[in-house]
Amino acid sequence: MRRRANPAWLFVAPALAAIALFLFVPVFASLLLSFTDFDIYAVAALRNLRFVGFANYQTLLAEPLFWQALRNTLYFVAVGGPLSVAASLAAALLVNARLARCRPLFRTAFFLPVVTTLVAIAVVWRYLYHPRIGLINQLLAGFGVAPIDWLGDPHWAMPAILLMSIWKNFGFNMIIFVAGLQAIPERLYEAASLDGAGPWRQFRYVTLPMLAPTALFVAVMTMIGGFQLFAEPYVMTQGGPSNHTLSVVLLMFQEGFRYWNMGYAAAIAFVLFAILLAGTALQLKLRPLGGGPT
Amino acid sequence: MRAPFANCVRWLVVLAALATACASREDGATVQFWALGHEGDAVARLIPDFERSHPGVSVRVQQIPWSAAHEKLLTAFVGDSMPDVFQLGTTWIPEFQALGALEALDSYVARSATVAPGEYFAGVWDANAIDGALVALPWYVDTRLLFYRSDLLAAAGVATPPRTWAEWSAALERVKRSVGPDRHAIFVPLSEWEVPVVLALSQDAELLRDGDRYGNFESEAFRTAFAFYLDLFERGYAARAGAGATASVYRDFAEGWFCFYLSGPWNLGEFATRLPPALADAWTTAPLPGPDARRPGVSLAGGASLAIAAHSARKEAAWQLVEWLADPARQVEFYRASGDLPPRRSAWQDPLLAADARAQAFRAQLEHVRAVPKVPEWERIAAKISRSAEAVVRGEMAPAAALAALDADVDAILAKRRSLLAGASRDAE
Repeated sequence: MRRRANPAWLFVAPALAAIALFLFVPVFASLLLSFTDFDIYAVAALRNLRFVGFANYQTLLAEPLFWQALRNTLYFVAVGGPLSVAASLAAALLVNARLARCRPLFRTAFFLPVVTTLVAIAVVWRYLYHPRIGLINQLLAGFGVAPIDWLGDPHWAMPAILLMSIWKNFGFNMIIFVAGLQAIPERLYEAASLDGAGPWRQFRYVTLPMLAPTALFVAVMTMIGGFQLFAEPYVMTQGGPSNHTLSVVLLMFQEGFRYWNMGYAAAIAFVLFAILLAGTALQLKLRPLGGGPT
Repeated sequence: MRAPFANCVRWLVVLAALATACASREDGATVQFWALGHEGDAVARLIPDFERSHPGVSVRVQQIPWSAAHEKLLTAFVGDSMPDVFQLGTTWIPEFQALGALEALDSYVARSATVAPGEYFAGVWDANAIDGALVALPWYVDTRLLFYRSDLLAAAGVATPPRTWAEWSAALERVKRSVGPDRHAIFVPLSEWEVPVVLALSQDAELLRDGDRYGNFESEAFRTAFAFYLDLFERGYAARAGAGATASVYRDFAEGWFCFYLSGPWNLGEFATRLPPALADAWTTAPLPGPDARRPGVSLAGGASLAIAAHSARKEAAWQLVEWLADPARQVEFYRASGDLPPRRSAWQDPLLAADARAQAFRAQLEHVRAVPKVPEWERIAAKISRSAEAVVRGEMAPAAALAALDADVDAILAKRRSLLAGASRDAE
C-alpha cells in the first residue's frame, strides 16, 4: 500500500514556497553571480557580462584590503564576543538576583539601547568619544590619562566601536539569559545549599551547567552578529581611519552597492558564509563553559 | 500556432485602456521629475509657475534623499521605471551615460532660443559632455575654494588672502605660529579625495592617461601636487585626522581650531546660520591659490545637472521643464530658495549675487574649474586616492611607493574598461 502524503505538507507549503522564492532562489542566484564579473557595464548591456570562474575568489584572497577587513572583523568577534556574553550574563545575574530591587526597571533600562536607533546612538557616542570635549576623555583625564582620539586614531577606533556595540547589544542577550535563569528549578539550589554549597559553588555547579544550552545559543548568535558587523562602522567611521574599522560586510556593501561590482561582492558574501558555517560548527563541537556534569 | 495579429489587438486594447485611464486623471502629459534632497524641496515650490505657463504639461516632483539617490536611480534604470527628468550629480553622469540611460541633448539645445552654451562656465559645460555629446544640462554648480577666518589671518599678520602656493605656505606658517601648537592652520579631512585632486588639477595633471585607460598618478604634475599636500601635514599646518575626528566643523571653525578650510557653496549658507553672530564678519572666501603667479588655482567642476531619460515617452514635455528651469531668472529664484549657485554667467549679474562678496569668490573660481576623468569607475578611483593619501600622511607608506601602488590599483579597476574599449574598436574595424 502506498503511503499518502502527509497533509501537513499542504499547510507548510505556502511558507516553504515563500522561503524558496525569497531565500533560496536569491542565494543561488548570487552564488552564480559570484562566478561572473557583473558590474555597471553588465547592467548597461548583458553582453558585457562574462563568466570568470573563480577569478573573483582569487582576486579577493590576494587583496590585502579583504584580509584587513577580515582581521578587523575577527578582532571584533574574538574580543567583543566574549566581553558581550560576559556583560550580558553579569547583567542577567544582577537583574535576576533575589535581593535586587526594582528588577523590571533595570531590566527595561538595560534593554533600552537595544531598541534605540543606532544612528541616534552613534551621534551621541561621537560626542562622548570627541577627543577634546568628549565625556570619556574628561573622565579619563581625572585619572591622569592623556586625551585619546577615539575615532581618529587607527589603534583606538576598533575598541571604540566595540565598546559602543557591546553597550548597545548586551541587553538582548541579557533577556535570553534571564529566561534561562528563570528556567532553572529552585530545588536544585535548595539541594545544593543542603549539601553545603555557598553562592559561588552554587553558581559554578548549578547555574553555569544549567545555563549551558542558553550560553551556547547566545554565543553562536553573538558570533554570527559579530561577523555581520556593518552598521556601527558605517555610521561612525565609514571604515576609517586607515581602514581599521572596515568590516567584511562593510567591504561587501561598498563593492556591491557603492561601486556595483556585484560579482565581486557576491564572492565576499560567500567567503563570509563559509567562515560563519565553520565558526558555528566549531562552537557546536566545543560546547562552551566546559559543559559541566552531565 | 497563435495568431500574432490577435495578440497585437489584445495589447492595443490594453494600451488604449491604460491611456484613457491616464488621460482621464491628468490633462495632457505628466512629467515625472526626481529631484534630490534639499533641491527637491526648493524646486517643488517653483513648479506651480511652470504649470501655469505651460498649460499642457503637469509635473510630479518626487523628492529623493541624496544618500539613497544613486542606488535608487540605478535600480530604477534596471527596473525600467526611470522618471522622465531627473537630477544627476555631476560625477554620476559618465556612469549613467555608460548605461545608456541619458538622452543626448545637443539637438534640443540647438533648437532652443534660451539655452546658450557659451553662457555657461566652460568647465561645468564640459563635465556634462561625454565624448562630445551633451547628455545633461547643468542646473547648479559646486566647486571647492578657500573658506577662512579673516580675523585669524589678520592677527597672524597676513593682510590679503594668498594667491599663489608660495603665499599660501607663508600664510599657513604665520597662522600656525600665531595660533600655537594645539591649533592648526588648515582643516584637511584625510578621508576627502578632493584636496589632493584639486591641487593636482591646478598643476594641470592628467589623472588618467591613454584615453582614460590607465592611472597616471606617478606623473610629474601629480607628484608635485602630492608633495605640497603632504607638506601641509609634515609641517604641522593640518592635523592628521579624518572627518570623524571633529564632532562639528562649524563649532571648531567658530572656536578657531583652524583658519583655512577647502569647502563648497553649501557652506556659505551653513556658516552664515551656524556660526555665532559675533563672527558674522570674521570669515570669508577666496579663490584657490595657483601654483605660481602665472597659473590660477583650478578646482572641481561639480554640482548637479538635469537629465532626460533615454526611454522617456514624454521627451518634449520633459525638455520644456528642463529649458524652463535653465532660464537665468529661474536660476536666481532657485538660488534664493536653495542657496545653490547658478551655472550661467548672466544669472550672476543679478544684484542678489553680484553684491555678495563671498559668492563672488565662487564666480571667479568657476572660470577655472575642470571635470574629473569621465569614467564610470571614478568613485572607486577617488576612494583609492584618498586611501593612498591617508596611508602616506599616517606614515604607513612612502610617497613614491604609495603612488606606484595607486597606479597599479587604478589600472586594475580600469581593466574591464580597457577590454571593452578594445572589443569596441575591434568591432568597428
